[in-house]
Amino acid sequence: MNEEELKAIKVDKSVDARGTSCPGPLLAAKKAIGQIEKGQVMEVLSADEGTKKDIPKWCTKKGFEYLGTIEESGFFKILLRK
Amino acid sequence: MEPDIEQKIKEMQSQIAELQNRVTDIEDTHKDQLAMIVMSGDMDKILATMVVAVGAAAMDTEVKLFFTFWSIAALRDPKKKVSGKSFMAKMFGMMLPKGRNHLKLSKMNMAGYGPKIIRKLMKKQKVFSLDEFFQQAADLDIEIVICEMSMDLMGIKKEEIIDYPNLSYGGVATFLADANESRIQLFI
Repeated sequence: MNEEELKAIKVDKSVDARGTSCPGPLLAAKKAIGQIEKGQVMEVLSADEGTKKDIPKWCTKKGFEYLGTIEESGFFKILLRK
Repeated sequence: MEPDIEQKIKEMQSQIAELQNRVTDIEDTHKDQLAMIVMSGDMDKILATMVVAVGAAAMDTEVKLFFTFWSIAALRDPKKKVSGKSFMAKMFGMMLPKGRNHLKLSKMNMAGYGPKIIRKLMKKQKVFSLDEFFQQAADLDIEIVICEMSMDLMGIKKEEIIDYPNLSYGGVATFLADANESRIQLFI
Protein backbone atom coordinates (compact mmCIF):
# COMPACT_ATOMS: atom_id res chain seq x y z
CA MET A 1 0.00 0.00 0.00
CA ASN A 2 1.51 3.37 -0.94
CA GLU A 3 1.35 6.51 1.15
CA GLU A 4 -1.63 8.05 -0.68
CA GLU A 5 -3.65 4.88 -0.16
CA LEU A 6 -2.63 4.76 3.50
CA LYS A 7 -3.62 8.38 4.02
CA ALA A 8 -7.00 7.73 2.38
CA ILE A 9 -7.93 5.00 4.88
CA LYS A 10 -10.67 5.93 7.31
CA VAL A 11 -9.30 5.70 10.83
CA ASP A 12 -11.76 4.59 13.52
CA LYS A 13 -9.48 5.09 16.49
CA SER A 14 -6.35 7.17 16.99
CA VAL A 15 -3.92 6.52 19.83
CA ASP A 16 -1.42 9.24 20.60
CA ALA A 17 1.57 7.57 22.26
CA ARG A 18 4.09 10.27 21.43
CA GLY A 19 4.54 10.99 25.13
CA THR A 20 6.17 7.63 25.80
CA SER A 21 9.13 5.60 24.66
CA CYS A 22 9.39 1.80 24.24
CA PRO A 23 7.38 -0.13 25.43
CA GLY A 24 4.90 2.71 26.05
CA PRO A 25 3.39 2.88 22.53
CA LEU A 26 2.88 -0.90 22.42
CA LEU A 27 1.15 -0.74 25.78
CA ALA A 28 -1.03 2.15 24.61
CA ALA A 29 -1.96 0.14 21.49
CA LYS A 30 -2.84 -2.92 23.58
CA LYS A 31 -5.05 -0.86 25.88
CA ALA A 32 -6.86 0.84 22.99
CA ILE A 33 -7.43 -2.17 20.74
CA GLY A 34 -10.27 -3.38 22.96
CA GLN A 35 -12.21 -0.23 22.13
CA ILE A 36 -12.62 -1.02 18.43
CA GLU A 37 -14.50 -3.76 16.60
CA LYS A 38 -13.04 -6.41 14.32
CA GLY A 39 -12.49 -4.89 10.88
CA GLN A 40 -12.04 -1.35 12.19
CA VAL A 41 -8.81 0.61 11.71
CA MET A 42 -6.60 2.01 14.46
CA GLU A 43 -3.63 4.32 14.09
CA VAL A 44 -0.84 4.61 16.66
CA LEU A 45 1.12 7.85 16.77
CA SER A 46 4.63 7.30 18.07
CA ALA A 47 7.85 9.24 18.12
CA ASP A 48 9.75 6.09 19.01
CA GLU A 49 11.60 4.52 16.07
CA GLY A 50 11.28 1.01 17.53
CA THR A 51 7.50 1.13 17.44
CA LYS A 52 7.62 0.86 13.64
CA LYS A 53 8.97 -2.64 14.04
CA ASP A 54 7.14 -3.57 17.22
CA ILE A 55 3.58 -2.92 16.08
CA PRO A 56 3.82 -5.22 13.01
CA LYS A 57 5.19 -8.01 15.25
CA TRP A 58 2.35 -7.49 17.68
CA CYS A 59 -0.13 -7.55 14.78
CA THR A 60 1.26 -10.88 13.55
CA LYS A 61 0.94 -12.36 17.01
CA LYS A 62 -2.59 -11.10 17.58
CA GLY A 63 -3.83 -11.79 14.06
CA PHE A 64 -4.40 -8.12 13.18
CA GLU A 65 -3.61 -6.75 9.74
CA TYR A 66 -0.70 -4.31 9.70
CA LEU A 67 -1.49 -1.75 7.00
CA GLY A 68 1.61 0.42 6.93
CA THR A 69 3.40 3.41 8.39
CA ILE A 70 3.13 7.06 7.42
CA GLU A 71 6.15 9.19 8.30
CA GLU A 72 5.26 12.64 9.61
CA SER A 73 7.76 15.21 10.78
CA GLY A 74 9.17 13.88 14.06
CA PHE A 75 6.73 11.00 14.49
CA PHE A 76 5.07 8.04 12.77
CA LYS A 77 1.50 6.98 12.13
CA ILE A 78 1.24 3.22 12.25
CA LEU A 79 -2.00 1.82 10.86
CA LEU A 80 -3.57 -1.54 11.50
CA ARG A 81 -6.90 -3.29 11.01
CA LYS A 82 -8.31 -5.39 13.85
CA MET B 1 9.87 -60.02 1.05
CA GLU B 2 6.29 -59.00 1.81
CA PRO B 3 6.18 -59.72 5.54
CA ASP B 4 9.39 -57.70 5.83
CA ILE B 5 7.72 -54.61 4.34
CA GLU B 6 4.70 -55.11 6.60
CA GLN B 7 7.00 -55.20 9.58
CA LYS B 8 8.70 -51.99 8.48
CA ILE B 9 5.37 -50.21 7.98
CA LYS B 10 4.33 -51.25 11.47
CA GLU B 11 7.57 -49.89 12.87
CA MET B 12 7.06 -46.60 11.08
CA GLN B 13 3.48 -46.37 12.27
CA SER B 14 4.55 -46.80 15.86
CA GLN B 15 7.28 -44.22 15.39
CA ILE B 16 4.76 -41.75 13.99
CA ALA B 17 2.44 -42.39 16.92
CA GLU B 18 5.32 -41.81 19.32
CA LEU B 19 6.23 -38.52 17.61
CA GLN B 20 2.59 -37.40 17.62
CA ASN B 21 2.47 -37.99 21.36
CA ARG B 22 5.63 -35.97 21.87
CA VAL B 23 4.32 -33.07 19.80
CA THR B 24 1.09 -33.03 21.80
CA ASP B 25 3.13 -33.04 24.99
CA ILE B 26 5.16 -30.02 23.89
CA GLU B 27 2.11 -28.14 22.68
CA ASP B 28 0.18 -28.81 25.86
CA THR B 29 2.84 -27.89 28.39
CA HIS B 30 4.25 -24.68 26.88
CA LYS B 31 2.10 -21.67 27.49
CA ASP B 32 2.41 -18.19 26.06
CA GLN B 33 4.27 -17.26 29.23
CA LEU B 34 7.57 -15.66 30.23
CA ALA B 35 9.38 -16.84 33.35
CA MET B 36 12.33 -14.73 34.39
CA ILE B 37 14.90 -15.01 37.16
CA VAL B 38 15.91 -11.54 38.28
CA MET B 39 19.13 -11.81 40.25
CA SER B 40 20.86 -8.49 39.58
CA GLY B 41 19.98 -5.50 41.68
CA ASP B 42 21.54 -2.91 39.36
CA MET B 43 19.33 -0.12 38.15
CA ASP B 44 20.03 -0.82 34.47
CA LYS B 45 19.26 -4.51 34.80
CA ILE B 46 16.06 -3.94 36.77
CA LEU B 47 15.08 -1.46 34.06
CA ALA B 48 15.79 -4.05 31.34
CA THR B 49 13.72 -6.57 33.31
CA MET B 50 10.76 -4.23 33.47
CA VAL B 51 10.98 -3.28 29.77
CA VAL B 52 10.91 -6.95 28.75
CA ALA B 53 8.23 -7.84 31.30
CA VAL B 54 5.86 -4.97 30.48
CA GLY B 55 6.52 -5.41 26.75
CA ALA B 56 5.66 -9.10 27.00
CA ALA B 57 2.52 -8.36 29.00
CA ALA B 58 1.53 -5.76 26.37
CA MET B 59 1.74 -8.61 23.85
CA ASP B 60 -0.60 -10.65 26.07
CA THR B 61 2.14 -12.99 27.28
CA GLU B 62 1.71 -13.99 30.89
CA VAL B 63 4.71 -12.84 32.94
CA LYS B 64 6.19 -14.33 36.10
CA LEU B 65 9.21 -12.61 37.65
CA PHE B 66 11.24 -14.52 40.20
CA PHE B 67 13.27 -12.08 42.31
CA THR B 68 16.30 -13.52 44.03
CA PHE B 69 19.47 -12.30 45.74
CA TRP B 70 20.53 -8.69 44.93
CA SER B 71 17.33 -7.82 43.10
CA ILE B 72 15.27 -8.12 46.30
CA ALA B 73 16.72 -4.81 47.49
CA ALA B 74 14.89 -3.21 44.56
CA LEU B 75 11.62 -4.39 46.12
CA ARG B 76 12.26 -2.72 49.49
CA ASP B 77 9.94 0.07 50.47
CA PRO B 78 12.06 2.89 51.99
CA LYS B 79 9.04 4.14 53.96
CA LYS B 80 8.63 0.88 55.83
CA LYS B 81 10.64 0.41 59.00
CA VAL B 82 11.24 -2.96 60.58
CA SER B 83 12.42 -3.78 64.05
CA GLY B 84 13.87 -6.87 65.65
CA LYS B 85 16.58 -7.51 63.06
CA SER B 86 19.83 -9.24 64.00
CA PHE B 87 23.11 -7.31 63.90
CA MET B 88 24.12 -8.85 60.56
CA ALA B 89 20.70 -8.21 59.03
CA LYS B 90 20.91 -4.58 60.14
CA MET B 91 24.36 -4.22 58.55
CA PHE B 92 23.11 -5.77 55.31
CA GLY B 93 20.07 -3.58 55.42
CA MET B 94 22.25 -0.48 55.69
CA MET B 95 24.50 -1.48 52.81
CA LEU B 96 21.81 -2.66 50.40
CA PRO B 97 19.89 -0.10 48.32
CA LYS B 98 16.68 1.06 49.95
CA GLY B 99 14.31 0.39 47.08
CA ARG B 100 14.13 0.82 43.32
CA ASN B 101 14.95 4.53 43.37
CA HIS B 102 18.24 3.99 45.17
CA LEU B 103 19.84 1.43 42.86
CA LYS B 104 23.33 1.65 41.41
CA LEU B 105 24.31 1.31 37.78
CA SER B 106 26.29 -1.82 36.86
CA LYS B 107 28.69 0.43 34.93
CA MET B 108 29.54 4.13 35.21
CA ASN B 109 27.90 4.47 38.61
CA MET B 110 30.30 7.34 39.45
CA ALA B 111 29.40 7.44 43.14
CA GLY B 112 25.73 7.89 42.41
CA TYR B 113 25.98 10.41 39.58
CA GLY B 114 25.44 7.74 36.88
CA PRO B 115 21.91 6.85 38.03
CA LYS B 116 21.04 10.55 38.35
CA ILE B 117 22.15 11.19 34.77
CA ILE B 118 20.29 8.11 33.48
CA ARG B 119 17.10 9.16 35.27
CA LYS B 120 17.39 12.61 33.71
CA LEU B 121 17.93 11.09 30.26
CA MET B 122 15.03 8.69 30.73
CA LYS B 123 12.75 11.60 31.53
CA LYS B 124 13.99 13.52 28.49
CA GLN B 125 13.55 10.50 26.20
CA LYS B 126 10.13 9.81 27.75
CA VAL B 127 11.07 6.35 29.02
CA PHE B 128 8.90 5.16 31.93
CA SER B 129 10.57 5.61 35.32
CA LEU B 130 10.94 2.52 37.51
CA ASP B 131 7.98 3.78 39.54
CA GLU B 132 5.85 3.94 36.39
CA PHE B 133 7.09 0.52 35.25
CA PHE B 134 6.07 -1.09 38.53
CA GLN B 135 2.68 0.64 38.32
CA GLN B 136 2.19 -0.68 34.76
CA ALA B 137 3.36 -4.13 35.85
CA ALA B 138 0.78 -4.12 38.63
CA ASP B 139 -1.98 -3.01 36.21
CA LEU B 140 -1.00 -5.76 33.77
CA ASP B 141 -1.12 -8.36 36.55
CA ILE B 142 2.55 -9.31 36.18
CA GLU B 143 3.37 -11.78 38.92
CA ILE B 144 6.31 -11.27 41.28
CA VAL B 145 7.63 -14.18 43.32
CA ILE B 146 10.37 -13.47 45.86
CA CYS B 147 12.87 -16.15 46.80
CA GLU B 148 12.31 -16.87 50.45
CA MET B 149 15.81 -18.26 51.00
CA SER B 150 17.49 -15.10 49.64
CA MET B 151 15.32 -12.97 51.91
CA ASP B 152 16.68 -14.86 54.91
CA LEU B 153 20.26 -14.60 53.64
CA MET B 154 20.02 -10.87 53.05
CA GLY B 155 18.16 -10.28 56.27
CA ILE B 156 15.29 -8.60 54.43
CA LYS B 157 11.89 -9.00 56.05
CA LYS B 158 8.48 -9.25 54.40
CA GLU B 159 7.37 -6.17 56.35
CA GLU B 160 9.74 -3.97 54.34
CA ILE B 161 8.69 -5.21 50.88
CA ILE B 162 6.67 -2.89 48.59
CA ASP B 163 2.90 -3.10 48.34
CA TYR B 164 2.26 -4.89 45.06
CA PRO B 165 -0.95 -6.70 44.13
CA ASN B 166 0.39 -9.95 42.69
CA LEU B 167 3.33 -10.68 44.98
CA SER B 168 4.13 -13.90 46.77
CA TYR B 169 7.03 -15.83 48.26
CA GLY B 170 8.39 -19.12 47.02
CA GLY B 171 11.32 -21.39 46.47
CA VAL B 172 13.26 -22.62 43.47
CA ALA B 173 10.63 -25.25 42.66
CA THR B 174 8.11 -22.44 42.10
CA PHE B 175 10.36 -20.94 39.44
CA LEU B 176 11.17 -24.31 37.88
CA ALA B 177 7.51 -25.25 37.64
CA ASP B 178 6.71 -21.87 36.05
CA ALA B 179 9.71 -22.08 33.71
CA ASN B 180 8.77 -25.60 32.69
CA GLU B 181 5.44 -24.48 31.33
CA SER B 182 6.75 -21.21 29.80
CA ARG B 183 7.74 -20.69 26.21
CA ILE B 184 10.34 -18.09 27.22
CA GLN B 185 12.74 -18.34 30.14
CA LEU B 186 15.25 -15.63 30.93
CA PHE B 187 17.88 -14.93 33.55
CA ILE B 188 19.22 -11.50 34.34
